[in-house]
Amino acid sequence: MSRFTERWIPAFAGMTATLALLAWVPAYAGMTTAGQYPGIGRTATPAEIAAWDIDVRPDFKGLPPGSGSVAKGQEVWEAKCASCHGTFGESNEVFQPIVGGTTAADIKAGRVKSLVTGGEARTTLMKLSTISTLWDYINRAMPWTAPKSLTTEEVYAVVAYILNLGDIVPADFVLSDKNIADVQQKLPNRNGVSRAHGLWDLKATPDVKNTACMSRCETDVTLASALPEYARDSHGDLAAQQRAIGPGRGEPPANGTPKVAAAALSPAAALAKERACVACHGIDKRIVGPAFNEIAAKYRGDSGAEAKLVEKVKQGGSGNWGSIPMPANPDLAETDVRTLVKWILAGSK
Amino acid sequence: MPTDAKPGRVQRAPEGFLTQQQIAAVQSGRRDFLRGAFVAASAAVAGTAIAQPLRGSDFKGESEILELPEHTKGLGQPVAARGYGSPSQFEQNLQRRESPGLTRVSAASVSFAPLQALFGIITPNGLHFERHHQGWWDIDPSKHRLMVMGMVKQPKVYTMDDLMRLPSVSRMHFIECGANTGMEWGNVAVPTVQYTHGMLSCCEYTGVLLSTLLDDCGFDRKNGKFILAEGADGSSMTRTISMDRALDDVMVAWAMNGEMLRPENGYPIRLVAPGLQGVSWVKWLRRIEVGDQPWATKDETLHYVDLMPDGVHRQYSSIQECKSVITTPSGGQTILDKGFHNVTGLAWSGRGRIKRVDVSFDGGRNWRTARLENPEMPKCLRRFNIDWVWNGAPAILQSRAIDETGYVQPKINQLRAVRGSRSIYHNNAIQSWKVAETGEVSNVQVY
Repeated sequence: MSRFTERWIPAFAGMTATLALLAWVPAYAGMTTAGQYPGIGRTATPAEIAAWDIDVRPDFKGLPPGSGSVAKGQEVWEAKCASCHGTFGESNEVFQPIVGGTTAADIKAGRVKSLVTGGEARTTLMKLSTISTLWDYINRAMPWTAPKSLTTEEVYAVVAYILNLGDIVPADFVLSDKNIADVQQKLPNRNGVSRAHGLWDLKATPDVKNTACMSRCETDVTLASALPEYARDSHGDLAAQQRAIGPGRGEPPANGTPKVAAAALSPAAALAKERACVACHGIDKRIVGPAFNEIAAKYRGDSGAEAKLVEKVKQGGSGNWGSIPMPANPDLAETDVRTLVKWILAGSK
Repeated sequence: MPTDAKPGRVQRAPEGFLTQQQIAAVQSGRRDFLRGAFVAASAAVAGTAIAQPLRGSDFKGESEILELPEHTKGLGQPVAARGYGSPSQFEQNLQRRESPGLTRVSAASVSFAPLQALFGIITPNGLHFERHHQGWWDIDPSKHRLMVMGMVKQPKVYTMDDLMRLPSVSRMHFIECGANTGMEWGNVAVPTVQYTHGMLSCCEYTGVLLSTLLDDCGFDRKNGKFILAEGADGSSMTRTISMDRALDDVMVAWAMNGEMLRPENGYPIRLVAPGLQGVSWVKWLRRIEVGDQPWATKDETLHYVDLMPDGVHRQYSSIQECKSVITTPSGGQTILDKGFHNVTGLAWSGRGRIKRVDVSFDGGRNWRTARLENPEMPKCLRRFNIDWVWNGAPAILQSRAIDETGYVQPKINQLRAVRGSRSIYHNNAIQSWKVAETGEVSNVQVY
């Protein structure tokens, strides 16, 4: 990009092949292609590349300069992350927990010991081998409902906060592009990955070998596992998931009473599902937020409830139902918010 | 082929359907209602095809033949009554379905293709499995752009109109999620082939080879060892692919089975990365970057990594190894009749062509080679068939595929011996279906 700045663009826009002869600007010889397919595609401008070139690699290529403190990270976390990930990154309700399962000895060794022996949930910090991965993903995809809305400082800060929750950096730490490589050297699982295997490199050898025996191969066929009786109907009426003609048909539920097909969702219920509201709120049970029926019960008879809740859905909020805040929903249309609130207050049918 | 097996309908004993009250009635000597109970039980098993009454000497013929139905005597629907056709009303049971409890958020979930009822190798577009990381979008193609940048002489922007003017190819490939069959690493967890293997689809994809675009931008052939593909959804899904694979057969596709991609599958463009796990097939593709190192994105560092028994995670594990599964009969079905059956299924390999499929009816003691259908294409599903006369005895059905590299699909215990049972991804083990005397087929694991 060194010799091409935005101010050159208008000057280049009308030029074509003549500039291609100038050796020092071969890449930008006009805005149309100089390649094999005349007239197809155009040169990407530096501003366009900057807008989309958001990836950050393990060698920190792509990492924007900046910094963020653990303290600032805690603020951002509580406002924008805790609703799904829990106050301490421990929540297993919506996604797998981020923090937990690592020790000081792991940090020293760069290998997480519980991955060898443990059967417990695998947290992000247990698996994380490159700190760029965490920075990149938060920057590109978080918060869940409003990806790419965090500032660079907020991304640094949230990463710092997560690292602090994992006892990798102290509470007064400020993470920056200058010290991120040092932090990399403290990741508990930095040495815990391998690329030397046949599922990445086509030329490498497969790790498992079977032979094509044709007769009297197994002397003892052992039934190692079968679906337990209690789980038989967990996927619904299997008979209703088959074609109605042909050599085989599905099995009806074990108890002999075919399940009634689920009734179609009401438009508001479908909206709640579509906008992922039900990820945090059950109809009649708490997930990370209150159940919709709890909300309806709380505001029963309150004539101002609808207006209040419409604001709350739009702006987010905290404190009424526990420590985990409700995120703001700026991308939800006003009419949709009203539909949802009316539906919740009317009992979520 | 044994010919002594007489055709006959196998139904569960009516006693299995009796209520406590009815059992009490039997015990008290009343058996007159049993005939009725049997008919009800038969109906429950056979679905819409209620067992015919026994045919006596006065049997004149079936009412379906003797009495002309309305569709033979009336005027049917006009052409184009449905401008974009849909399946018969009698095929509505076949749907993409979620596995309950698999994920907690439906926007980061998966739906499974109903393999138990598909024919040949092509997956109908409306039944192609879905897997999204941050929900799907229906993106306006006139506003969509693809950027190719990084280690290239000329970073370029392409519109859909640009891309679709380029030389295109149409190729049939399978796509399989790296987590397909992953629920069964530890134990049998789900009942039917839809849930065990349904994160698998196969289509004819049409698009431009990625190598065409990379050449058009003049990529750095010496140092450009990897590409990063990035999507335009909220997660901006990103995935590293090595350059040798990218130049081999990876394509930027806009069409699937003759129509534009469906939004759930990446409309207006997606990457098609044959032989690699589905997460590499970035949907709503917006950017290709050429680089000299892998990117270690979230889904190559935290997910889609394979946990080995020694605690090491295998990274970038992405080649879908040789695998097969019998789809008919399969788990959750009931074989209604003794006698002849065509046992059929699918085989595939991320390393090339399927050369042979063997089928066992006795849990792996003895094997017979199945018939393979054409076409024989690399990194594409292959349908196999084999004759079977079921005499009503219990059986365990298995299929075992062999690809052109000579790799033989392994047993689950062989996989576990190397990779343990906490791996989640890349379970390509031989699948076993147990057939009971009642005709019920269930999912089992066999050592």
